[in-house]
Amino acid sequence: MQIYLPIAEISANVFTLLGLGAAVGFLSGLFGVGGGFLMTPLLIFIGVPPAVAVSTQANQLIAASVSGVMAHWRRRAVDVRMGMVMMSGGLVGSSLGVWLFKHLSQLGQVELVISLSYVLLLGLVGLLMLAEAARAMLRQHRHIPPRPRAGRHPYWVRVLPLKMRFYRSRIYISALVPLSLGVFVGVLVAIMGVGGGFFMVPAMIYLIGMPTAVVVGTSLFQVIFITANVTLLEAVTTQTVDVLLALTMLIGGVLGAQVGVRASDKLKGEQVRALLALLVLAVAAKLLYDLVATPADLFSIARASP
Amino acid sequence: MRCRCALALAALLAALLAAALPAPHARAQQLIADLSSHLVAITTGFTGTDVLLFGAVEGPGDVVVVVRGPEERVTVRRKGRVAAIYVNKKEMTFAAVPSFYAVAASRELDKIAPAAERAREEIGTEYLRLIPEVERDPQTVAEYRAALIRNEEAEGLYAASVAQVSFLGARLFRVNVDFPANVPVGTYQVQVFLFRNGAVVGAQTTPLVIGKIGTSADLFDFAHRHAAAYGAIAVAMALLAGWLAAAVFRRV
Repeated sequence: MQIYLPIAEISANVFTLLGLGAAVGFLSGLFGVGGGFLMTPLLIFIGVPPAVAVSTQANQLIAASVSGVMAHWRRRAVDVRMGMVMMSGGLVGSSLGVWLFKHLSQLGQVELVISLSYVLLLGLVGLLMLAEAARAMLRQHRHIPPRPRAGRHPYWVRVLPLKMRFYRSRIYISALVPLSLGVFVGVLVAIMGVGGGFFMVPAMIYLIGMPTAVVVGTSLFQVIFITANVTLLEAVTTQTVDVLLALTMLIGGVLGAQVGVRASDKLKGEQVRALLALLVLAVAAKLLYDLVATPADLFSIARASP
Repeated sequence: MRCRCALALAALLAALLAAALPAPHARAQQLIADLSSHLVAITTGFTGTDVLLFGAVEGPGDVVVVVRGPEERVTVRRKGRVAAIYVNKKEMTFAAVPSFYAVAASRELDKIAPAAERAREEIGTEYLRLIPEVERDPQTVAEYRAALIRNEEAEGLYAASVAQVSFLGARLFRVNVDFPANVPVGTYQVQVFLFRNGAVVGAQTTPLVIGKIGTSADLFDFAHRHAAAYGAIAVAMALLAGWLAAAVFRRV
């Protein structure tokens, strides 16, 4: 059954969209990530214009983050104070990102920037995750207890001003660290259409030193506001948010995520992380290949009303 | 002064009169054509459509149909290698490019009309007048022009081949004009030409409107006219959907 997407201005099969949503939802449930890093390239691949893919993905991520944060909220595993600080940075970063995206589209370089950001970020995070998972598997194999996490921040973090106390996370750290992380993730949401969890979660653990229990909940909490900001800004400035596309993917995504969560119980933590790392690296490799390989047609066209 | 005014008025009246009276060999009489529909509605289930063009000719001749979509600015970009990767390096913008273009004819175009005639009426993609906004050397322009047409053809917005106008008997003709799912909206011009001995002896232009109708049109309109409200609703809808999903699956 074909459905005409009013904003993307293309006709797509409903079951393809639902299937994509479900597949990405399954993986996100399995790995506990948003799945934006898979969804945005897939949408572009099926013919959705990049600007519509990113904006619509931001809209969809609001719902995914809300449904994800609920369980953490009930377990009181959300550091609201920390989330608010990150959110302040995130609002600035995402506004900057929306402006940057528009400017790059006019220059004809937006697809290049999207691809390059994906390759760099996914490549880096994928390699780090793979190394970490491999170390964890080796440790378990040899029955070595995991190294205790260093409780202290690096020197350059300790000397930063504007220190704040975060009671839920039980840490005392300069507000500049979560603030700048927020700015960075804001830019990622606006340019790449990702929630940035794959980057935020390790950064919160290793850079800020937050307890693992509150990391995912807090990350989901703050990203709700960032994705809402991107959705609003894109709707007003570029009219590229396709609610019909967002809704279709949401339905598939919600169902897929439930199956994924159940499947994740059957896998070990390190195995899940290693699989996720391989998936992330595969996406990065595909995008890198597309950048390096000689395109079938060196020319492309972009339209604008006269 | 007054005399001169009266003279001018008389001349104007004469000109109007001459324009209103039919010319001795009225071109329109030789050819009559119409469309099965003057409005193509893009609804939520739209997957492309075809419109029947039919008509009659007086006397022998060949029929050529040209369908042109509303004009737009198109930027053609050329990729080149920078370090190891391909990036858009050069570009050329064409000012008035038809967003859709298709030709149908009753015979091979070369046999119907000479190049000069086809160029004048812009029959066939090779004769489309595409002018770059910034002047460049002809060879470069030709390269970008070819790329533009190639890309439009790949998207299905320019017909890659000439469709067949079929005659039913000696006078009646018909042709189906195909519009793909990604057809741009706007007012199209359907031009019908009657050629005899390589010259146009009759011509007619019929407008065709392609527009979004129904839910998808309302959504598009709302998103553009009340952008802030649309954004707010999109956010609210996502918040609700997320909350609903969490609430439903909590009990499962």
